[in-house]
Amino acid sequence: MKIHEYQAKAVLAEFGIPVPRGGVASTAEEAAGIAAEMGERSVVKAQVHAGGRGLAGGVKVVGSPEEAAGVADTLLGNRLVTHQTGPDGVPVTRVLIEETAQIAKEFYLAVVIDSGSRGPVIMASEAGGMDIEEVAATTPEKILRVNVDVVIGLQPFQCRYLAYGLGLPGELIRPASALIANLYRVFEAKDCSLAEINPLALTEEGQLVALDAKLDFEDDALARHPEVREMRDTDQEDPLELEASSFDISYVKLDGDVGCMVNGAGLAMATMDSITMAEAMPANFLDVGGGASEEQVAQAFRLLLSDPQVKRILVNVFGGILRCDVAARGIVAAAEEAEDRVPIVVRMLGTNADEGKEILAQSNLGVTLVNDLNEAADAIRQAAG
Amino acid sequence: MSILVDENTRLLVQGITGREGSFHALRCMEYGTNLVAGVTPGRGGTMWEDKVPVFNTIGQAVDETGANVALIFVPAAFAADAILESADAGIPLIACITEGIPVMDMVRVSRFLEDKPSRLIGPNCPGLISPGSKCKIGIMPGNIHTPGRVGVVSRSGTLTYEAVNQLTALGIGQSTCVGIGGDPIVGTSFVDVLELFQNDPDTDAIVMIGEIGGSKEQEAAEYIRDHVTKPVVSLIVGVTAPPGKRMGHAGAIITGSAARAEEKVKALREAGAQIAPSPAEIGVTMKAALGL
Repeated sequence: MKIHEYQAKAVLAEFGIPVPRGGVASTAEEAAGIAAEMGERSVVKAQVHAGGRGLAGGVKVVGSPEEAAGVADTLLGNRLVTHQTGPDGVPVTRVLIEETAQIAKEFYLAVVIDSGSRGPVIMASEAGGMDIEEVAATTPEKILRVNVDVVIGLQPFQCRYLAYGLGLPGELIRPASALIANLYRVFEAKDCSLAEINPLALTEEGQLVALDAKLDFEDDALARHPEVREMRDTDQEDPLELEASSFDISYVKLDGDVGCMVNGAGLAMATMDSITMAEAMPANFLDVGGGASEEQVAQAFRLLLSDPQVKRILVNVFGGILRCDVAARGIVAAAEEAEDRVPIVVRMLGTNADEGKEILAQSNLGVTLVNDLNEAADAIRQAAG
Repeated sequence: MSILVDENTRLLVQGITGREGSFHALRCMEYGTNLVAGVTPGRGGTMWEDKVPVFNTIGQAVDETGANVALIFVPAAFAADAILESADAGIPLIACITEGIPVMDMVRVSRFLEDKPSRLIGPNCPGLISPGSKCKIGIMPGNIHTPGRVGVVSRSGTLTYEAVNQLTALGIGQSTCVGIGGDPIVGTSFVDVLELFQNDPDTDAIVMIGEIGGSKEQEAAEYIRDHVTKPVVSLIVGVTAPPGKRMGHAGAIITGSAARAEEKVKALREAGAQIAPSPAEIGVTMKAALGL
C-alpha cells in the first residue's frame, strides 16, 4: 500500500525525524494561507502516488502566497501525468506547501527487505536526489549497505558506519545516526516494504532534514496496522484494481486488449507471456485464486467485461482446488448478462475439465475451446478480428 | 527415487481440523502419504475423520507418532508461530502452504531456523510430491504426476502443474516436484533444491521454473554453471509484467534490473540451462534435452 508524501512525513516526524515545516491544502485558498505562514518563498508539491513529479510540473517553488494559490489552483482537480503513471495520470486532490531549504548537499537513505540475506537492509548514498536504481547500475560503489539482524536490531556502530560513510562532519554523526535508527524504527514498527528519504538534505545551516519521503507498506501486514489502513487514498488507485481488491481478486491493469483470467499467479504470468508471443498485449493480470467460488469467478469475469479496453478474452484454468465446472459456471453467469459479446477463448485442464468444457459448449457464448497455451495463442491471434 | 519425501515420510498436518487442512489432508492420504498425526490446539485427544489422532502441541504429536514431516495450513496471522513450533520440536522437514505471512514474521522465522536442523519449504507454496513413493505433501492434484526421473522445482503452484502435466503427457515421469513458494523470503531456495537433485542418483534432469522478482534465479544460474552436470530446462515467466506492480505473488515484483525476466533468462542461458521458448514448450524442451 502506498501513501502520500505528506502522510509519510507525518509518520517520520512522529518518530523524531526532522521534516520541513509545512501543511497540506485541498483548495487554493488554504494553500495561500499555509504559504503565508512559510514566509516569502515556499514550495508547492502535488500529492500523488507516483514519482517523477518534478519533471511533470507537480513541484513548484513560489515567491508569494498569491503565487502559491495560483500553482495550487492549476494542480488541484487536475490529473498529473508523470513517467510513472499511465497516460491518463493520477488525480491531484491535495498539495503540500512547505518552507524552502538552503541545500548544501543531498543524500539517499532507505530501508528495504533484502531477500538474499533474508532481512532488512539499510542503504545510504551520497548520490542523493537521484534515481537509486541508476546509481546502483552506474556507480554501485556509491551505495553503502548495512544488513540488520532482527534479533538484536540495528546497532549504533552500524549507524555510525553509514554516517561516516556519507562523509558527514563530526558534529553531524550523532544526529545522522539517530535519524537512521529512527527510520529503521519506522520500517519495523509499521511493517513497511520501503522506507525512503530521497533526498535527505544537509542545509546550509548544518541541519539534516527529510526533503522528500516515501513509505510503502506491506499488504500482508496491513491487518495489524489499522492506523496505516486509514491513510489509504483510493482516488489514487486504478478503479478496476480497486474493485478487484474489494472482491479479494489479484488484478493489475495493463495496456493491451486481451483480458485474461487465470487461477494461480505463475500461470497467470505464463498466460500473459503467451499472449505477447501471439503478437497481442494483455489488458490485465488476473489471478482468481486457488480456491475461488463460482461467484468469485463471475466477479472476476465481470471485471474483464467492464474494462472498455478488452476486445477479446483468454481464460486459462488448471483445475485443482478450483474445479473447472465451477469456473465454467461462473464465466457463463457473468458473460450471459453482458450486453456486448467479445470473443472468448478458454483452455481448461485438470479437475472436472470435461464437465467445464461441456458447460461452456452448451452456453450460447460461442466460446473457442483450446487444449494448450500454443493453441490459445493462435485462437487469440485469430480473435483479433 | 526421490528427494526430501518418500516411503519413510510420516506426515503431521498443522491445522488439520480447518476447512483447507482437512480437505487436503484427506487427499494426501488418498494419494498414499502416511499421515500419522494432526495438530490443532484445543482439539487434542480427538480423532480426525476417525482415522488420525489430533494433538494440542507438535511436541506431543512427535513423541507419540514419530512424525517427521509437518504440513502447515494455519492462517497467515498464526503461520509463523506454527513453523516455529514444528522447528522447535525438531521436525526435519516443514512445508508451509499458507499465503500472506507478513515478511517481517518470515525474517524472524528464517533467523530462528538458521541454527536448527529443520528445513522449511515455502511459505506460499503448493508443497512437494514424490510420485514414485506415492508421497504427496501439499495441495497439488496428485493425478497429473507420474513416477520417473525428472526433478521439478518452481516458485509457482499452478504453473508447476502445467509443467508436470506437459511432462506426464509426453511420458516423462518425475522423481520429486518441489514448489519453493512465491514469497520474497522462503525457507528453501532454488540452489538448495538444485543441489539435492544433482546429488540424487534417481534424478536425471531438472525443470526449473522461475519468475520476475528478486535475484534467486541468478544465484541458481551460478550454481548450475559451477555444480550441475544434469540437463536443466528452465522457464521464466513475467516477461510482460510492468515494473513496480506485484503480480499476485508477494515476491513477483520488479524492483530493479535483476528482477526482470530477461536478466534471469540471460543468466540461466549463459549457465547452460536450456530455456523453454514458451510456457507451452516445457515438456518438449525436456524431451529434447533427454534425447528422447
